[in-house]
Amino acid sequence: MAHSDTTAEPTRRDFLLLTAGAFGAVGVASVAWPFIDQMNPDASTRALASIEVDISALQSGQSITVLWRGKPVVVRNRTDKEIEEGKAVKLEELKDPIARNANVDPSADATDANRSAKDKENILVMVKVCTHLGCIPLDESGEFGGWFCPCHGSQYDTAGRIRKGPAPENLPVPVYAFTSDTKIRIG
Amino acid sequence: MSGHSTYEPKSGIEKWLEKRLPIVRLLHDAGVSYPTPRNLNPLWTFGGILAMMLVIQIVSGIVLAMHYASNSALAFDSVEGIMRDVNWGWLIRYIHANGASMFFIAVYIHILRGLYYGSYKEPRELLWVLGVIIYLLMMAAGFMGYVLPWGQMSFWGATVITNFFTAIPVIGQPIQTLLIGGFAVDNATLNRFFSLHYLVPFIIAGVVVLHIWALHVVGQNNPLGIDVKSEKDTVPFTPYATSKDGLFMVLFLVFYAWFVFYQPNYLGHPDNYTPANPLVTPAHIVPEWYYLPFYAILRAITFNIGPIDSKLGGVLAMFGSIAVTAFLPWLDTSKVRSGRFRPLFRIAFWLFVAAVLFLGYLGSQPADGNAVLYAQVCTAYYFAFFLIILPVLGFIEKPKALPNSIIEDVLAKSKH
Repeated sequence: MAHSDTTAEPTRRDFLLLTAGAFGAVGVASVAWPFIDQMNPDASTRALASIEVDISALQSGQSITVLWRGKPVVVRNRTDKEIEEGKAVKLEELKDPIARNANVDPSADATDANRSAKDKENILVMVKVCTHLGCIPLDESGEFGGWFCPCHGSQYDTAGRIRKGPAPENLPVPVYAFTSDTKIRIG
Repeated sequence: MSGHSTYEPKSGIEKWLEKRLPIVRLLHDAGVSYPTPRNLNPLWTFGGILAMMLVIQIVSGIVLAMHYASNSALAFDSVEGIMRDVNWGWLIRYIHANGASMFFIAVYIHILRGLYYGSYKEPRELLWVLGVIIYLLMMAAGFMGYVLPWGQMSFWGATVITNFFTAIPVIGQPIQTLLIGGFAVDNATLNRFFSLHYLVPFIIAGVVVLHIWALHVVGQNNPLGIDVKSEKDTVPFTPYATSKDGLFMVLFLVFYAWFVFYQPNYLGHPDNYTPANPLVTPAHIVPEWYYLPFYAILRAITFNIGPIDSKLGGVLAMFGSIAVTAFLPWLDTSKVRSGRFRPLFRIAFWLFVAAVLFLGYLGSQPADGNAVLYAQVCTAYYFAFFLIILPVLGFIEKPKALPNSIIEDVLAKSKH
C-alpha cells in the first residue's frame, strides 16, 4: 500500500477481493478447458490405433502402403543392394543420428539394424509422412535411392533416414510386431 | 477529425431518433460531413473497395453455405453440385473464389499506399496495427476457405500449414493435434475449418469498425503527408469522396467481373479439382498466389541458426515477416510521412516492392538451385528494410521541403 494513512495489514476487503478473483479465475479456466479439449481427437479416433497387414505377397524390391491413423505407413521388402547401402552409411554422415524407432530405445543410433525389423533386416516399416511439413514422399526415388519428398525436396535413404533437404528427422518407425511370419500388426 | 457536428435533425422522425439513438447523426458525421483532405488520389479509394469486398464475400459465402456439406465424404461433391446443379451456383461460387483474390489485390494496394505515404506514423499507429490484425484475420479466413472444397490442394495445403506448428519444440505436436483434431488432417479438421471460416469474416467486420473509428478520430493521411491545418484543406466526404469511391468501386468491379466471367480458374489450381487423397501428395504444392511471398520466405531458411533448426527457422521467418509490419510505426524514425519528400526512402520502398514481387514469383517455383539463393537474398532485404533501412534513414536522409499547407500545394499545381 502506497498510501501512508492505510495500515500495512491486509484488510478484510483485500482478502475478499483476492479470494473472489482467484475463485473466478479458477472457475473460468475450468470451464474453458472443455471448450479447448473438445478439439482434441476423441476416444473413437484414438481407438483406431492398430491394424494388421498381410505381407505374404510382398516380393523383394516391392512396397505396400497402408493407411494407419489417417497416415500412410509403408512396408518395404528391401533388396540386398538397398540393405548394403543402408549399412554402408556412417553415423557421422547422418543429419539425424537417432533411430526414431518406437520399438527400440529412444536414444538408439540410426544404424540400419535399428531402423529395420528385428531379425528381418529386409523389412522396413515407416510412417511415410515427411518430417518437414507432412507431405508424402515418393517411393524409390531421390539421390539416395530411398524416398524423395516432392514438396520441399527432402531426400531419405534406403533406411528412411533424412540425408538432404529441409526435413529435420528420419521417417518415424511406428510400434509394430510380427503376429506370424507374414503378418504385421501396426500400432 | 474531431470538430462540431454539422447535423441538424429536420424531420419529425429524425428529431424523435436524435433524443433516443442519434444514429442518423453518426451516419451523417461519418459519411456526409466528414472532412477529407482535398488532395486525395485514387489510391485512397481502396478502403471503400475493401469494405465492398467484405460485404460481397459475406453475402456470397452465406449463400454458398446453404448448399455446401462440411463432411469429408460429401464436401467435394457438394461443391461440384454447386457448380453444376444449384441455380446460379457456378456464378456465386466464382464470385466468392475470385472475390478472395480481389480482396487480397485490394488489400495489398491499400497496404502499399499506407507504406509509401507514411500513413502509419504518429498519430495513426493504432490505425495501422488494427490494419495488420485485419490482414492476419483475412489470411486465416482465406486459408480455411481454401480447404473447404476438399480437393488435393485443399488437403495438402491444410496438412503443410498445420504442420508449421510441429516446428515448435515440445508443445508443437500437441498443438497440431489439437488444431486438426486427429493424427492427420481429416473430417474433424474440415468441420472446424468450416465453422471458423464462417466466423472469421464477422470478426473482421468488427475490427473494421474499430479501424474506421480510429480513422475518424485521427483523420485521413494524404499524398503530401502533412497535417490538415484549416477547413480550406478539406472537402466534405459527400459528395466528393463518395463519388470518387463510387467510380473506382465500379472500375474495380469491372476488373473483378472479367475474372469471374472470363478467367474464373486462372487464379486457382487445377489440382484442386481432384478429390483429396491422403495417400498422394501433388507433385508441386503451392499456396494461393496471395501467400506466395511468405511461402518463399518459409522455404528460404534452409540452414540451421544456432539451436534453431531450419524447419523452425523457416516458420519463425514466415510469421516474423508479418509480425514485423505491426512494429513499423516505431521502426520508421523519419518525421516526414510522405515518400514524395523522401528521396532515399523512395528507392528503398520500390526495391522492397520488387523484392516482395520476386519472392512471390519464387514461391510459385520449385525450390531448387538458384531459386533458394534468390529467395534468401530477397528475404534478407525484406527484413533489412524494416529493421535496418527504415530506422537508419530517419537519421541520414535529408527530406525535400514540405509545402506549407494542402490548399497552397493544390492551388500552386492548378496554376500550371
